[in-house]
Amino acid sequence: MNGVNVPALTVFVLFFLLVTVMGFLASRWRRADNAHHLDEWGLGGRSFGTWVTWFLLGGDLYTAYTFVAVPAAVYATGAAGFFAVPYTIVAYPLVFLFLPRLWSVSRVHGYVTPADFVRGRYGSRPLSLMVALTGILATMPYIALQLVGIQAVLDVLGVGGGENANWFVKDLPLFIAFGVLAAYTYSSGLRAPALIAFVKDALIYVVIIVAVIYIPIRLGGYGHIFDTVGEKFAAPKSGGSLTVPENKQWTYATLALGSAMALFMYPHSVTGVLASKSRNTVRRNMAIMPAYSLMLGLLALLGFMAIAAGVGKGDKGFNTQLSVPQLFENMFPDWFTGVAFAAIGIGALVPAAIMSIAAANLFTRNVYKEFLRPAATPADETRVAKLVSLLVKVGALVFVLGMDKQAAINLQLLGGLWILQTFVSIVGGLFTRWFHHWALLAGWAAGMVYGTWKAYGIASPKTKHFGGNAAEIPGIGEIGYIGLTAFVLNLLVAVVLTLVLRAVKAPDGPDETRPGDYSAESGDVEPKNAPEPVAAH
Amino acid sequence: MSSDLDTDRPVMPEPEEPPGHALPAVTPERVLAVLALLVPIVAMLWVGSYDKLDPEAGGVPFFYWYQLLWVPASAVFTVAAYLLINRDEKARRAARAGKAGEVR
Repeated sequence: MNGVNVPALTVFVLFFLLVTVMGFLASRWRRADNAHHLDEWGLGGRSFGTWVTWFLLGGDLYTAYTFVAVPAAVYATGAAGFFAVPYTIVAYPLVFLFLPRLWSVSRVHGYVTPADFVRGRYGSRPLSLMVALTGILATMPYIALQLVGIQAVLDVLGVGGGENANWFVKDLPLFIAFGVLAAYTYSSGLRAPALIAFVKDALIYVVIIVAVIYIPIRLGGYGHIFDTVGEKFAAPKSGGSLTVPENKQWTYATLALGSAMALFMYPHSVTGVLASKSRNTVRRNMAIMPAYSLMLGLLALLGFMAIAAGVGKGDKGFNTQLSVPQLFENMFPDWFTGVAFAAIGIGALVPAAIMSIAAANLFTRNVYKEFLRPAATPADETRVAKLVSLLVKVGALVFVLGMDKQAAINLQLLGGLWILQTFVSIVGGLFTRWFHHWALLAGWAAGMVYGTWKAYGIASPKTKHFGGNAAEIPGIGEIGYIGLTAFVLNLLVAVVLTLVLRAVKAPDGPDETRPGDYSAESGDVEPKNAPEPVAAH
Repeated sequence: MSSDLDTDRPVMPEPEEPPGHALPAVTPERVLAVLALLVPIVAMLWVGSYDKLDPEAGGVPFFYWYQLLWVPASAVFTVAAYLLINRDEKARRAARAGKAGEVR
């Protein structure tokens, strides 16, 4: 952090300019005639094939923050931080079971957001509003964290860093990056991140492959790396270990499972899925997404390499978030450091764009049109969504600049817990109409309150509240992911109350979906006037 | 309350025969597909089975290389499920088409 790394900065800026041009040109990519429909801006015309979807989802789910935070966790805690790997291994087989159904029913009914589906399935406005607001709430800090990812890179590059710099000069690069991002998201919609994702993912793959081959060679091989790490963790109070301590195995497993269940409840993941053009595109992607997980696993190992390379050694107040950016700068020639940082920086832009689009879609469809202006035309919706996408980004920027970074991290942890509480309504609804919408709402409230309350009580050295995401599971006695415990409570409340409400014959909302909608393929989607959809073949 | 979100489609009564009626909901393909999907999930959640250092591979402790190995392995199981489900859906389509033909 002493002085500006000029060659690295130059390469970084060049890549940034490249994706900026691509972002603006993206509006011409596969443009449809009906440019004013929200499907066009907000879902890229629902036209993406297998490979585009693969890049888009990869760009969407594996964010810059992931690249910084996962190795940082491994750097600090060792094995416990590696849970991101089983998490992504579990996620795809799990969602394989229900995402195709969500895709089909959304295609038949023109749903843009998960809350649209809940609205149609249960005929309940409060439940749909709950899903929409939870989604927006969980997404906002996630966008803010993408900024934290960019900041980490800028800090190590020597621009924007420096504690005593004037705040405006310090944050100017961040302003520029986000201004540009906001502009091309506004003009091109989901097509911009979809196109930029190609660059982002290509850069990431190159950087990771080079890193896991080149850095161990310089550090004396994997054996030496793990030996060094073992020595470090053997010290008392090191806070880490090379395997998961036996009393933390539950935590490891429940974190992996809970995070995997939450992953495709996030609005931006759903946006990526709904933008694909066929049901089989979704399925195929669940089979090829693990390529990214492999990369994530290798990336996690970089945390150990940072230890072996002596990054942050002897520096008590070292910000672990900087461990991998600092490792790159120490190990790579300057120009390649620029490439690596560009990968992280662009890695922040792609998900930030998709998340802001997803949050904007939610607000537009499920708050604006539902409650404020039911008569809104598709063109109105698109206009509002574009404006809201700007607001969301400004909000995230204010958040990062005005508040403690720790607050963003805490809130993002909470966001995962919160979004998991919509699982029963969404996934339950994809398979059965048995749940009563009031019971689902009560279950959601129980899960939200319990999870937030439990998380509030956890202190860590860095923060008094919300300092972690694991607590004792009542009745089992093991330490587990609070989000998953809250989910179980949520499910129990929903089941019990549904039984009660069904027993007293409480009135139920209308269901506009039909069983066949959940298995519809893209070719089946003209059933609106045909009484027998299958006869259309 | 009944404002239609998007649709001019008349609200239809539940069809008497859900599509795919000709085949039962539980077919060998579907069962196998679900089992294939469960394998990686169970393997990863059973932390006790891999929470150890030995045997190492190329200097990497078991805990790490084993989980990394499960990444491609999970992909193989998911591909298997994909192929099974595809087979099942083709059969369902064929059954439905046959049925529709009879009605005509």
